[in-house]
Amino acid sequence: MRTSVSEPESPDLTDKSGVVDKSDLVTIPNEDLVQLLSPEGVRSDQPDYDSWIEDITSDRLVSLYEDMVIVRRIDVEATALQRQGELALWAPLLGQEAAQIGSARALRKDDFAFSSYRENAVAYCRGVKLVDLLRVWRGTANSGWNPYEIGMATPAVIIGAQTLHATGYAIACKKDGVDSVAIAYFGDGATSQGDPNEAMIFAASFNAPVIFFCQNNQWAISEPVGLQAVRSIADRAPGFGVPSMRVDGNDILAVTAATRIALDRARSGGGPTFIEAVTYRMGPHTTSDDPSRYEDRAEHEEWAMKDPILRVERYLETEGALTPEVRAAIAAKSDAVAAEFRSACVELENPEPLSVFDNIYAEPHTGLDRQKRDYAAYLSYIEGETR
Amino acid sequence: MSELTLSKAIGAGLRRSLEENDHVLLMGEDIGALGGVFRVTDGLKNDFGPERVMDTPLAEAGIVGTAIGMAFRGYRPVVEIQFDGFIYPAFDQIVAQLAKLHARTGGKVRVPLTIRVPYGGGIGAVEHHSESPEAYFAHTAGLRVVTCSNPQDAYSMIRQAIDSDDPVIFFEPKRRYWVKGEVDLDAVPLPLGKARVALEGTDVTLVAYGPLVATALDAAAAAVDDGLSIEVIDLRSLSPIDFDTVEASVRKTGRLVITHEAAQSGGLGAEIAASITDRCFFSLEAAPARVTGFDIPYPPSRLEEHFLPDLDRILDAVDRVMGRENSLTPWGAS
Repeated sequence: MRTSVSEPESPDLTDKSGVVDKSDLVTIPNEDLVQLLSPEGVRSDQPDYDSWIEDITSDRLVSLYEDMVIVRRIDVEATALQRQGELALWAPLLGQEAAQIGSARALRKDDFAFSSYRENAVAYCRGVKLVDLLRVWRGTANSGWNPYEIGMATPAVIIGAQTLHATGYAIACKKDGVDSVAIAYFGDGATSQGDPNEAMIFAASFNAPVIFFCQNNQWAISEPVGLQAVRSIADRAPGFGVPSMRVDGNDILAVTAATRIALDRARSGGGPTFIEAVTYRMGPHTTSDDPSRYEDRAEHEEWAMKDPILRVERYLETEGALTPEVRAAIAAKSDAVAAEFRSACVELENPEPLSVFDNIYAEPHTGLDRQKRDYAAYLSYIEGETR
Repeated sequence: MSELTLSKAIGAGLRRSLEENDHVLLMGEDIGALGGVFRVTDGLKNDFGPERVMDTPLAEAGIVGTAIGMAFRGYRPVVEIQFDGFIYPAFDQIVAQLAKLHARTGGKVRVPLTIRVPYGGGIGAVEHHSESPEAYFAHTAGLRVVTCSNPQDAYSMIRQAIDSDDPVIFFEPKRRYWVKGEVDLDAVPLPLGKARVALEGTDVTLVAYGPLVATALDAAAAAVDDGLSIEVIDLRSLSPIDFDTVEASVRKTGRLVITHEAAQSGGLGAEIAASITDRCFFSLEAAPARVTGFDIPYPPSRLEEHFLPDLDRILDAVDRVMGRENSLTPWGAS
């Protein structure tokens, strides 16, 4: 067990330099993380986990590497599109590629993901159309895709709310007698909300086949994780009766292994699992954020050395699997995806004005029907006036 | 036909829905062995099993949130919130999640949840057990909000709420749970969004819903002695509101009184007064009057009679719209 820690006093988080002062906050040690691939690209043996990734040969790892490269490219492209005024906002996942892709690629088609707004790589793995990743951020829709087409709910913006939906979905899977699993994605900040805590209680009580996948990216906008938790987040789950694992979230092999362990437990009637993937948000919270006001550059640089893509690259090079041909193919695909992403974005047109009234209800609603009729009359009246 | 209390009528409606559709399930606190604190779900766990009548942990957000997840897989959960004042922990899940899901997914995800809420005062309860929070939910796009006033509607409307593909907040007038009435289990009900003219009249339109429909009918009966003919409308649906029925009545009577237990400011009475004024201003002989709870927290039970609209306060407002002597006229106090 991890040792207990002293309670922090109410901290003033900002020192004179504008960097968040963490000296009053507890630093949670990361030595005990499950890690199968070191930042230097060295594979270590971990008997409890190795057996879960035996099928991940170099070829398979190249494919996961390709996913990470492409998703990072999408992130860069989206950020550029936002700077160019084509997107209203973007929430980059830079640095979290391994956590998202390692877990999402472990899922089956009939599993169902419930995510927050930063899980673009999860959506990518679930097979989302590129244009559907853009709608929300360009402001043409409140959610981009049909959840049933890709087995992923449209992202929840209210922090942590989706964890309950995942738990309910999992309870329903059990009722239906299928071995599909629900996975909830959320961050370290979300663990302070009530919903994820209630979700763990419901999941434990009903032995729900659900995975709580927490990406601890160290930040909730400007608040360091030490403000949300004085001991490791993974430590909380066993108190709810939910077994937990704490893995290096920048190690795609460790993430894959942990997710597969949790999936297997869920499918075989073992109930919920909590995974804390310890990673780092290398970008801003969103394109509206300015981490220079609170982030310690040295810490940032330290995490840059633990990059999830770089370590796979190093490993694959050692294995001789990253030939110039393979690199060129990935670069070409990445370019093609970026180009498609960009054109899909600029071609997205504004919806028809009266579509604001669509789908509010599944069945007719007389109050809304009247407002729609009146606004249609207003619009045609105004058009007539300006003609 | 059988004679049932309002609470038994809801129970009968739940039973029939459970029988007819195996994707209907009930969730809530104490709804199993106990049958709910008001015994509405009495016997259902015994007959349908714990898989379909689920006692849940004590967490309202958790109940509604997990019910939403189940609806994702085609279930039609009927959630019981134990008391009106206990619904607020679930506010985000209802207002930000449940209400918006159909719209934000472009109609791809339907969330046919029914949330049953015993509401209103008059039972001598402690704090948080007598509230009327309907306006919060009627204000929220994506929700349907209904309330029943009699056993027949209780039976029919709970079944319609469960059948609806939209989320429905179903307010149950808890102080009328024990009122008995004839229930035709095979009656063809009014559409869920329609109001009902509970009593025809010619002088004043009195709009009420839920627990105050009985009070309104008593007021109308008393007014006969004063030579007044009051038309009582049982609104039944608070989102949408059946303004057509109210408008038709006001065009006939020229006078409108609205009564509800909920606080006045920003309440349903304001919406009805504004909308009806908008629709038929030139038919109105007097400004619409509201008889409501005050803009205060629900008072201690020994004072609740001073909060709840009653027959006399309603008739005082009727006098006001009739231009008769009333509590607000200078000569009224003499």
